[in-house]
Amino acid sequence: MLVRGLRVLGHSIRTEPRLFTIGALGSSLFGLLVIANSYVVGAVIGHVVVPAFSSGSADTGTLALIAAVFLGLSGLRVATIFGRRLGAGYMQFRLQARYRRAVTRRYLSLPPSWHQKHATGTLLSNANSDVEAAFVPIAPLPFAVGTIVMIFAAVVALFLTDWVLALVGVVLFPALFALNTFYARRMSPRQIRAQQMRAKVSAVAHESFDGALVVKTMGREEDESRRFKVFVDELRDSLIAVGRLRGLFDPVMDSLPSLGTLAVLLLGAWRLQSGAVTVAEVVTVAFLFTVLAFPVRAIGWVLGELPRSVAGWDRVQAVLAAEGDLAYGSATARATGPATLRFDAVDFAYGEGPLVLHDVSFTVPPGKTVALVGATGSGKSTIASLAVRLVDPGAGRVTLDDTPLPALSEAALTGASALVPQLPFVFDDTVRGNITLERDGLDDDSVWTALRLAQADGFVAKLPEKIDTAVGERGTSLSGGQRQRITLARALAGHPRLLVLDDATSAVDPRVEAAILASLRSRDAGASILVVAYRRATIALADEVVYLEQGKVVATGTHTELLAAHPGYADLVTAYEKAEAERVEA
Amino acid sequence: MSSEGTFATIKRGLALSPELRPGMAGTIALAVVQMGGRVAVPIAVQQGIDHGIRAEGGPDLQFVTAVVALTFVALMISTLAGYLMTRRLFTVSETALGALRSRTFRHIHDLSMLHQQSERRGTMVSRVTSDVDQISIFLQTGGVQLLLASGQLLVSTIVMFVYSWELTIVVLLAFGPAVAVIRLFQKRLAAVYGAVRERTGVMLGAIAESVVGAMVIRAYGVAGRTEKRLDTSIDRLRVAQQHALRTSVTSFSSGELGAGLALAAVVVVGVLMGVDGGLTVGALTAFLFLVTLFIQPVQIATDMLNEAQNAVAGWRRVLDVLDLEPDVKDPDEVGVDLPEGPLSVRFQDVSFRYPGGPIVLADVDLSLAARTKVAVVGETGSGKTTFAKLLTRLMDPVEGEVLLSGTALRTVKFAALRSRVVMVPQDGFLFDATVAENIRFAEPSLTDEQLRSAFEELGLADWLATLPAGLETPVGERGEALSVGERQLVALVRAYVADPDLLVLDEATSAVDPATEVRLQRALDTVTRGRTTVAIAHRLSTAQSADEVIVVDAGRVVQRGPHAQLVTEEGSIYAKLYASWLEQTR
Repeated sequence: MLVRGLRVLGHSIRTEPRLFTIGALGSSLFGLLVIANSYVVGAVIGHVVVPAFSSGSADTGTLALIAAVFLGLSGLRVATIFGRRLGAGYMQFRLQARYRRAVTRRYLSLPPSWHQKHATGTLLSNANSDVEAAFVPIAPLPFAVGTIVMIFAAVVALFLTDWVLALVGVVLFPALFALNTFYARRMSPRQIRAQQMRAKVSAVAHESFDGALVVKTMGREEDESRRFKVFVDELRDSLIAVGRLRGLFDPVMDSLPSLGTLAVLLLGAWRLQSGAVTVAEVVTVAFLFTVLAFPVRAIGWVLGELPRSVAGWDRVQAVLAAEGDLAYGSATARATGPATLRFDAVDFAYGEGPLVLHDVSFTVPPGKTVALVGATGSGKSTIASLAVRLVDPGAGRVTLDDTPLPALSEAALTGASALVPQLPFVFDDTVRGNITLERDGLDDDSVWTALRLAQADGFVAKLPEKIDTAVGERGTSLSGGQRQRITLARALAGHPRLLVLDDATSAVDPRVEAAILASLRSRDAGASILVVAYRRATIALADEVVYLEQGKVVATGTHTELLAAHPGYADLVTAYEKAEAERVEA
Repeated sequence: MSSEGTFATIKRGLALSPELRPGMAGTIALAVVQMGGRVAVPIAVQQGIDHGIRAEGGPDLQFVTAVVALTFVALMISTLAGYLMTRRLFTVSETALGALRSRTFRHIHDLSMLHQQSERRGTMVSRVTSDVDQISIFLQTGGVQLLLASGQLLVSTIVMFVYSWELTIVVLLAFGPAVAVIRLFQKRLAAVYGAVRERTGVMLGAIAESVVGAMVIRAYGVAGRTEKRLDTSIDRLRVAQQHALRTSVTSFSSGELGAGLALAAVVVVGVLMGVDGGLTVGALTAFLFLVTLFIQPVQIATDMLNEAQNAVAGWRRVLDVLDLEPDVKDPDEVGVDLPEGPLSVRFQDVSFRYPGGPIVLADVDLSLAARTKVAVVGETGSGKTTFAKLLTRLMDPVEGEVLLSGTALRTVKFAALRSRVVMVPQDGFLFDATVAENIRFAEPSLTDEQLRSAFEELGLADWLATLPAGLETPVGERGEALSVGERQLVALVRAYVADPDLLVLDEATSAVDPATEVRLQRALDTVTRGRTTVAIAHRLSTAQSADEVIVVDAGRVVQRGPHAQLVTEEGSIYAKLYASWLEQTR
């Protein structure tokens, strides 16, 4: 544990060598100035105070000089304090920021399948509390390093003075390290537990606040609070366990240097009696231990925080080392013209789960519209995710213009295809930001054009700041249908060559949907469309229908063909009609 | 952020954390004992050197041994007291902080939906996680140091007074400017550390968005843009941290300058006093030793006071949330129960607007008889969802009153309201648990058998059978292991088992396939017969089978009556909606 903790420190120093040097230099100079200060005190007493007291008069100039020297030393110490503190603090904050950037970059590059397995709250905790914990010992580090320099100097000085008194130091300093090692070993599991519980509390809080509406409408506030309290209590217990050990360690660590001072006093008196040392030497050594007592604690602060640091570091590293990236290839795509999407014997399963798609094959020919139809849970959304490569198939392949999706570069893939997911996700940004996503070549005119196409221009024009209106976190200030139209406009704005609509008009009223479909239809046939749909009108627009049952393609053909050939399909798409007919009969 | 002073926050915090009080006297007593032992060592050194080692006629070994033995005992007692004190302190403080987390969590759930939406989820999470963590971390590290330093300061001041009251006044005067500067800085420190906490919340919000929206970010290839935003929020936090540190070091260094000033003043004044014969060399030497003793805790205290500002800033943010009065409040004890039996609905001249926004629902005045099935239709953004939210008292009307069976909603106890009135929102949020656990969220006492029969009654047994582990199938984070339509099915079953007298469905089946929806609709009609159902619908199939249809347009009720009648009202909004619906489904 100690070794691993020191490794984290070593890594931190190598990452920020300049700031560390400033901090350590400041700290070492500070130490020297502290020692210098005591020498000056001694000199003043010997050379100024004693003569003045015995002569009964004092020279004003000398007194002014003394005052100036003390103030000057004080000023120098302030300078070194700035160096030490700012060096250490900046180093700590920069490391935190660096690792927060690294961790959040991993979040962005890890695939959706990884995200599904990790609670948002836990990921928040990784990026915040764990990163913070990893670099906690950095703050006192330069001070501690300066102290180590001081200790070595002190031990050398001790040996030069008297070997017996030096033994006190020889026993004391290793004892400090031994105590720390013992402490770190005992503390480590407790700190790991505390960091785990921190993440757990964060996860439960995030999930619960995320589902606040359901909690409210079901009146489950009390039960949610109870559920939260279980984890809070565990966190509390783990922090008390940490605190109890610290409560034992801190006072013992504090008293060790004092024990050294007392030993020096006793041994000093004895050595003095036997004439081995002088009074001045004993005083110097005793003073040395008194002066060192405080800085030595800085070493304790560093070592004492190592277990927490390692616990946080490991959790951060787990994110950084997570695998499963869907790496992009380097192939480019054609710039214009509708794309061809082909599924070729695709199998897919989520994680270790059962297959949700078996041997799925179909083609969306250029410029054509293909409708995916199937009951709830038949695998339509999974196909939509595969089509834009949010996931890769377990077997078989998906190609765009005959290039397998994994071979395409990020720009080629995302430039060619656009997905409008079933649940609209709106960023905490303005309407404009949500539509352009800062993609190239999207000016205000193209934003308005896209809004018009998605039938969103009407309500956006009525917003207080039009397209500059901030929509709030996840678009809370908009209605469900409005959010959906914003996401639709986002997809249309990029002029994709392949548009994938995953039941993307479900929350939109029929009339609006009809209008959107009409505008899609009348577009300059620049896109191939894969659309997940239930509505007859949408399906009727499609050149071809792919009908799914439980993850298998049961039939492919035109709507009329399938209607005649497949009773399951007919049941599904004519459900409303039938229901109405039955109602009329009854 | 409120700008109250540090002590006001601490006072407010203590008032809200009664758990901190018990045993405080005992803890303080132990702390005093620990401090006593700490001060004993330097005094022993001073005494041992003065009267033992420098004793007239050679070192007095016996005296030194006695002093050392006595101090050793004092040190051991102090260490033990320190252990007991920190043990108590950590137990009490962590217990109080755990309770604070739980209380804040509950309070956030008690806030109205509008309040909850006005704050980002990441920020809300930070109130129960990292903000409280800051208090905990401070108490476990700096808090004890601050306590001990204050004690050491007090004791060394007393001892200084015993040696020379004149010089003590000089020392105190020398520290005067430093104290003034430090006090002056407390307010600034509060502000800069407040900024650190605030930016932490903002950063967590940004990270949460990037995690929740990971799929969209990937699909649009805009990781770069998100990275930039994350980097900005991370860097803004770092800049705030560095600013806080600079302020804190500046404040700290004024203490250091005070120390230099004190040393200089004591030497100058001491010499002048000695020249007049009012002071011996020994006394001045001893006093200089004491000044060093005095300076050390001043520095520690200044430092810890700065760190305390960070904790206080966190505390303040937590307290600020606790101080938010829920604006849709549970009348609790003074509240009434709803009358037994099916519920009728009455909207009495109800208007609603979001704070600072335009009217979204105007002068709605209508009655719905008990046991009827009512459909509310209208274009997206017309005010349908607002209607549902007012009906379930997620929000209170700005004007007018909503009554259920003649009882004003504002006067109904939440416990009664939430058990009798249940809404299924558009986004049927699921918790990261199994299907069974998600349904038991509504009614924890249900057996597996009862759960299964609920699926059976709603005609969903076949669908349940397709899930890999049936009721025990985990639904994943936010239910994402299920498709959106499947999530809606689970949410609907969840509401159904709650057995409400008034069921409000807000587009609760928008992502479910038509065949399943029709089946579900029929099943619901059967099982909810005798209850009142209000369904916000975008598919007019729901409206067709309703007893009455309410048409909302631009915040006003423009038509109402049975489907058959409304269709015949030529040129009416409903007639148009229906024509469009027919076009979609035929």
